[in-house]
Amino acid sequence: MMGFLEEINWSPLWISLKTGFIATVLAFFIGVYCASKVMKLKPVTRGILDGFFTMPLVLPPTVAGFLLLMVFSLRRPFGAFLLEQFDIKVVQTWKGCIIAAAVIAFPLMYRNARAAFEQVDINLVFAGKTLGMSDRAVFWKVVMPAAGPGIASGTVLAFARAIGEYGATSMLAGNILGKTRTVSVAIASETAAGNYGIAGFWVVVILIISFFIVALINIVSGRGMRTGRWL
Amino acid sequence: MALEVHIVKKLHGFTLRVNFCTEGSNMGVLGASGSGKSMTLRCIAGIETPDEGRIVINGRTLFDSEKHINLKPQERRVGYLFQNYALFPTMTVEKNISCGFRGDKSERKKRVRDYLERYQLVGLEKRYPSQLSGGQQQRVALARMMIGEPEVILLDEPFSALDSYLKDVLQRDMVNFLQEYKGDMILVTHSRDEAYKFCEELTLLKDGSVLVTGETKEIFENPKLVEAARLTGCKNFTAVQKLDNHKIYAADWDVILYTKEFVERNITCAAIRGHWLQPCENGGRNCMRAEAVECVETPFEHQYLVRNKDNKDSSPLWWMKPKGSFQELASEGVPKYIYFPEEHIMLLK
Repeated sequence: MMGFLEEINWSPLWISLKTGFIATVLAFFIGVYCASKVMKLKPVTRGILDGFFTMPLVLPPTVAGFLLLMVFSLRRPFGAFLLEQFDIKVVQTWKGCIIAAAVIAFPLMYRNARAAFEQVDINLVFAGKTLGMSDRAVFWKVVMPAAGPGIASGTVLAFARAIGEYGATSMLAGNILGKTRTVSVAIASETAAGNYGIAGFWVVVILIISFFIVALINIVSGRGMRTGRWL
Repeated sequence: MALEVHIVKKLHGFTLRVNFCTEGSNMGVLGASGSGKSMTLRCIAGIETPDEGRIVINGRTLFDSEKHINLKPQERRVGYLFQNYALFPTMTVEKNISCGFRGDKSERKKRVRDYLERYQLVGLEKRYPSQLSGGQQQRVALARMMIGEPEVILLDEPFSALDSYLKDVLQRDMVNFLQEYKGDMILVTHSRDEAYKFCEELTLLKDGSVLVTGETKEIFENPKLVEAARLTGCKNFTAVQKLDNHKIYAADWDVILYTKEFVERNITCAAIRGHWLQPCENGGRNCMRAEAVECVETPFEHQYLVRNKDNKDSSPLWWMKPKGSFQELASEGVPKYIYFPEEHIMLLK
């Protein structure tokens, strides 16, 4: 057993966790920002933008991966521009992992944030404004804390989705051991190579992480757990 | 201290058109639900933007559609007390009040302390709004609003969600706490009792339009319009024919009535409040032979629906009769005649 563990290359786990963490931070800010902007729109525009923001959730990840590849490919204008101007390469790099994971995790963050904002009593916002608080202060001191549980569970879900992301990541970032091979990519390639032992090991790791994440969601979005039991 | 409000705003189903001025007094806005009362307050506070109009406080223009002035709610110095108080649920009492403070940061702590004391909240500083009673919540909301020294305060149906005992207590509290406030106050309500209690001046709203505006007592005494009389709680209406300068025929009740007020040519309607009707045993001028159709008993009143006994087709009137005791039976209280005091007959258009 010890021998087996010693043989394992742990880099996929660290890459997954790092990717998940950074992608979640990105998804958090962009998701919360988009949700707060969408809340100010009129119903029709809101519906259209909402559909657009939710796309990555309903599309097969490979479709998202394909589209991302179209954007960031070095042979395409934007990808070439990034390389020339900022020396940034996304395809087949760890940055690709982050972007793919962030894009896939984004809708979970966005939708949870929006649902949480919708639950916040609009009068709290009005009260803050009439009391002379700046719009920013109202948002960070009043709205965000009031939307806290929903935002928190959105964040944890986004993190879960980000560390488990496979399809878009493998298309955009590829499968380079020590660079872009995440746990889910490792499971696929080890299984394909017939290394069921190693693949199984990573499966167990994912199971444990996922379980803790779900438990964490229940705790952070807590109130429902303590009160109001259905008969 | 003066407030001038002209608002035109298109809403679903009707257009809000509100114009009124008030000078250093408490203005009440009375109207049924959906008449545009709250929207008016929101426009004054800057939460909603009118399509057209002008809002001026003490010479300071908050909104002027022609001059393209539209101050942010933050810059208006208009205090707003929400029906549910809108206390920030994730902040303690102290923090809530501190949010309303404007001015020098070094003063903040001292002033918050001062307002905690003034509004009898000492000892509750670290509590969250959900851990407070209704009365305490109202005091926190008042303190939070008043610490910013607003020039106008807007009260949006502050008592309508309360049970009647708590309502009485909170109304007294509010009067006490607001006594030293020198600015203008606008109270929006659908309760005529509240409007009468709190406001020297009154504006009646119906479907977004102002029916009347003026002194509260005067409006209750002589509402001039049928709708206005109805909003101030009057229930007994009749179509009328003018017989003489001080004499009308009340068609719906089938009775001839003498009035103290001069009967103008364009008077079409008359009304009398149920509380002013009097029992009478002998008949005579302004009396109607009475027959009770129905009776509702409230703790301190019998409310009779009485009809002209000489005409079964006439419409009945509500008569509110204070009870002498709880034992008093409704059936004992019906007199032979009902007397309409001349001075209480309201002539309406």
